[in-house]
Amino acid sequence: MTDYLILRVTAKFLIPLILLMGLYVQFHGELGPGGGFQAGVIFSAGLILYALVFGLYRLTQSIPVFVLKVLSSLGVLLFAGTGVVTMLLGGEFLNYNLLAENAVTGQHLGIFLVELGVGITVASTMLLIFAVFADQEGHD
Amino acid sequence: MTDFVLQHFNYWVVIFLMMIGMYTVISRGHLLKKVIGLNIFQTSVFILYISIGYIEGGTVPIVAGQVVGNTGDVVYANPLPHVLILTAIVVGVSTTALALALIIRIRDAYGTLEENDILKLDQDSDG
Amino acid sequence: MIELIVNSALLLFLLIVAIAVVRLRQLLVSVMMFGLYSLLTASIFVVMLAADVAFTEAAVGAGIATVLMLAALARLPAEKEEARSRGQFWPLVLVTATGVLLIYGTIDMPGFGNADTAAHRGVAAQYIENAPVETGIPNMVTSILASYRGLDTLGEVLVIFTAGLGVLLVLGGIHPAIGSRLNSQEGQSSDTQEQSG
Repeated sequence: MTDYLILRVTAKFLIPLILLMGLYVQFHGELGPGGGFQAGVIFSAGLILYALVFGLYRLTQSIPVFVLKVLSSLGVLLFAGTGVVTMLLGGEFLNYNLLAENAVTGQHLGIFLVELGVGITVASTMLLIFAVFADQEGHD
Repeated sequence: MTDFVLQHFNYWVVIFLMMIGMYTVISRGHLLKKVIGLNIFQTSVFILYISIGYIEGGTVPIVAGQVVGNTGDVVYANPLPHVLILTAIVVGVSTTALALALIIRIRDAYGTLEENDILKLDQDSDG
Repeated sequence: MIELIVNSALLLFLLIVAIAVVRLRQLLVSVMMFGLYSLLTASIFVVMLAADVAFTEAAVGAGIATVLMLAALARLPAEKEEARSRGQFWPLVLVTATGVLLIYGTIDMPGFGNADTAAHRGVAAQYIENAPVETGIPNMVTSILASYRGLDTLGEVLVIFTAGLGVLLVLGGIHPAIGSRLNSQEGQSSDTQEQSG
């Protein structure tokens, strides 16, 4: 891939922007269009671009597949865990009103946590699936 | 009449796309093509839902500026179908990935992705 | 009116692209056209006031799904073209019959963009009225997704998680295989090759 100088330079320029865009969509999703699902996909798209241009090996050096496996379950755990916490606080499953003193702040916090869980799971699962597909390339 | 056609055009395109997808799944022998057909079918359902949520003269369901509640002078598109389809899209791509994984395994096991050849190989190994 | 025209034109493009996707026999071309199809779908969603959905479709359909299909194709180097298919007559009859029945069903449907349909009353109207006030979040799609329909979303996330798990299981990645193979000497040598070449 080193021959493709333009591709490499543009990718290096674009990848940080894509990752930043992913984070922006994640944390700004409450105010504008966006949210966990989109953010996760955009974030993983940036990393997949890195893997496509510089090789999967380089990507898995910085983010081992083991970490991806842990993260994809961690997101689900964060989501469901938020529900369990609200149950421990005496409410129903996923009733965010109880997470803070006032209901609106509680909703804010709950939605933030849940969207974060969604984002983590989506991003890591998409990367994981891509890693599995690309890894098998040329092994048959 | 023109009004009727324009107002139902979306649904008809959706049905056409649906049928294109179904036709691909039924008539094409190649498994990857079948997955693409399923995806076209799926997308047609997305468009149907979003069409139902559309309101003429409405706006995107995001409150502009400070949150003061809806005074009723702004018409918002129905956010409920958006929510349903938003999750369906991401779930759709994960199931597509699973289908592709199965296709790769089938190719490894049978050496072909043509449905007829796979069936023939199965029958030969049975008989 | 202009929205309706743009929308109809985009839908016509979509139909043409869909037919092209199905008719093309070369798989690589077909997959690339499918990426275009997804991008067109995303623009239709924008016209139909679904910004969040368009966002997702553009990132997922035109981005990730295409890349995954290309990765799968790269894994199947021998599969370039599909074989001539068999008899097309009966599938066509079946599909036409179903299509005609479905179109007959749409005659009673409320017009596109009509504000007084059943879909806009009931729970949807309540969401629009209450969601920004109760959650303090301007984006109603986010608040419905995460709060009012949180359980639903939890199920969807579980489906994504399970699909990832399924891919790992099907392609044998659950064994130490993936990680170790990627980090093994083999990966390293191919990487250095890339750098020297």
